[in-house]
Amino acid sequence: MANRIQINKEFVDIMPQDYLDLVDNGTYETPNRGWKDFGTATELIAEHSLCAGCPESIAFRHIMASIPNPEDTVMVGSTGCTSLVFPMIAVHNIHSLFGNQNAIATGLKRALALRFPDRVKDVIVLAGDGATVDIGLDMTLQSWFRKERFTTICFDNELYANTGGQESGLMQKGFLAKMAPLGKRFEKVRLPEIARESGCDYVAIMTASKPSLVEKVIKQAVLIAREVGPTYIQIYTPCILEIGKQSMEGLQEMRTSEAPGERFKFREFISPEAQSFLDGLAEKKKAEKIATTT
Amino acid sequence: MATQTDSRVPQIGQRNKKGQLITDPQELFLKSTRTPSFLTGSEVIREAVRRSSVDFSVAYPITPQSEASSLVGELYAEGYVADYMRGESEFAVMGQCAGAAFGGARVFTTTAGPGTLRAFENFPMWAGSRLPIQVVFTVRGINSPLTIQPDTLEIAFMLETGMLLWHAESAQDLFDFMIKGYYVAEQPEVHLPIGVICDGFFVTHTKDMVMMTPEDQTLPHYDPYRSPVVCMDMEVPPVRMMRDPFVMKSNYISYMTHASWQLEIRAAIERSRKHTIPLLDGLIEVENGDAEIMFVASGTAVSQAREAIRLFRDKGERVGLVKIKTLRPFPTEEIRRATEHAKHIFVPEFNVAGWLAREIKSTIDRNHRVVAGPHVAGGMTMPPEIIVEEIEKHMAHRRNKELVHG
Repeated sequence: MANRIQINKEFVDIMPQDYLDLVDNGTYETPNRGWKDFGTATELIAEHSLCAGCPESIAFRHIMASIPNPEDTVMVGSTGCTSLVFPMIAVHNIHSLFGNQNAIATGLKRALALRFPDRVKDVIVLAGDGATVDIGLDMTLQSWFRKERFTTICFDNELYANTGGQESGLMQKGFLAKMAPLGKRFEKVRLPEIARESGCDYVAIMTASKPSLVEKVIKQAVLIAREVGPTYIQIYTPCILEIGKQSMEGLQEMRTSEAPGERFKFREFISPEAQSFLDGLAEKKKAEKIATTT
Repeated sequence: MATQTDSRVPQIGQRNKKGQLITDPQELFLKSTRTPSFLTGSEVIREAVRRSSVDFSVAYPITPQSEASSLVGELYAEGYVADYMRGESEFAVMGQCAGAAFGGARVFTTTAGPGTLRAFENFPMWAGSRLPIQVVFTVRGINSPLTIQPDTLEIAFMLETGMLLWHAESAQDLFDFMIKGYYVAEQPEVHLPIGVICDGFFVTHTKDMVMMTPEDQTLPHYDPYRSPVVCMDMEVPPVRMMRDPFVMKSNYISYMTHASWQLEIRAAIERSRKHTIPLLDGLIEVENGDAEIMFVASGTAVSQAREAIRLFRDKGERVGLVKIKTLRPFPTEEIRRATEHAKHIFVPEFNVAGWLAREIKSTIDRNHRVVAGPHVAGGMTMPPEIIVEEIEKHMAHRRNKELVHG
């Protein structure tokens, strides 16, 4: 059970039940935490104010179940649909402005590294595609050029959802949207390729349809960011409202879009340094397994 | 945990890794032995940072602060500043500063003119997030047409950001305001960003004699847990905590929380007075307070007014001065009292808008006494002779009007 995440005894009687549950049944300081904890432990995300069936909420749940070190993780968000979820997240998180999330994370990670030289403090950015690719692109890229040690997650719904469905850089060419009255005229920005060329040591593009895959990718991305260099994950979280789908159709939309040849077919890039780090982890795990079975 | 009570962080009476003695702030400000040094304003900025136990600084080139922010880089190379980087734009720089402050670091940066405006969205966010970052504005003109010369127009934009704003007249003010600024801004009941303002070139690029505190004494480290808001480091529960929470929690209560929080920020600015008044010897300074003609000014316009007063004295005329040290909090009552007996109040300014005159007009009674000027802009100088000439012209005009209408 968690040691560091505790409630001052004086406050126990005034804290809401859901918070007490979080402390008693949350998955802080459980090294093997993951999506399999769903249903048996209190999740680090409670409720949300997104639309019913929104794939962002699915992605959020999978991510919050997967981050390796929530008791020492600080998240940075940005303005948009994601910012409606952050108040329900049970790790410290920062909202400041629209698009500056990678600048905030840069300063935050450096401050935490200075203040806690002997401990791991993970920083994870989670923002929409407008924040990551349009208004915040320079800060996204510059943090990668500088090899800042944190993970950037982009919830790619291919438009500005929170403001009502306007064209974004990650929108597909030809899509008819607000502010693209004749259809979008240029291709979906290829940020995963740009991320690779900009210095990211790990890049993945995917949907949130498979929790086990989200877990694997998130863990890799956070651990690589901790030890090697910046990492980037782009997850398709379709805005069912703006693409004319029903609440129950989000999962199928993600599955369709990750089929072979489709734009969200799972791809990942691992730099040689990151690969040797992952190999080292795998060897260590193997050795531990042998040690426990013999 | 790295706090002021952490054994790794040197405490008052101990030495840091550069051998500087961590010194009680009041003792450092008011009792330490001061020695004269002949320095440029940019060098003064470096020396104040050296004595302020700064954790993190972000730099970006823009005239006339480029030299100062490079010199802070040298402090980093020497080990006086724990971390330092060049940002990619002022908007990003102020975000990087915010991130580090959210994470519990003492942060310093500088900017000027177009950089201030490029960064602008960050400043109300800093105040709203209660981040006690210090930024030195070495103010200059704002485009267009392009000018890199001294001009104080950008201060007008800063006035309602929720930041503390102190305006230095001289290099000496700059040094004192910087080291004292951290102390005031970081008080738990204040805990706001502070803009220490100096006039570009006039202060940054001229040499002046400054009485410095000892190089081997420095401020105690920032304690992020002496704060009215939670440090974003996952060390302090509750863990379900975001900074900027209310608006995100519900649109139905956001107007109320926004309004009350903004009022609280303004109240915090006012609460800074009790810490500031003893350290700066008041929010204003008055000279010849009984004169019928008074100047009210801030920054280097004060120095020009002082010279004009001297010229008037040579002519046998007594003219007075109110020097404003802090623009936020604005010394409304102090100015009212200091100008009570004045018949004519002149506000010399280095900007086209005359914003300081407007501030004064809106806060004192019988404000027909206030004359918005003389003022110059875009880097023009304001020689005392011109000030005298303009005032004499104006007084003659007033006398004529009185003759015609009287």
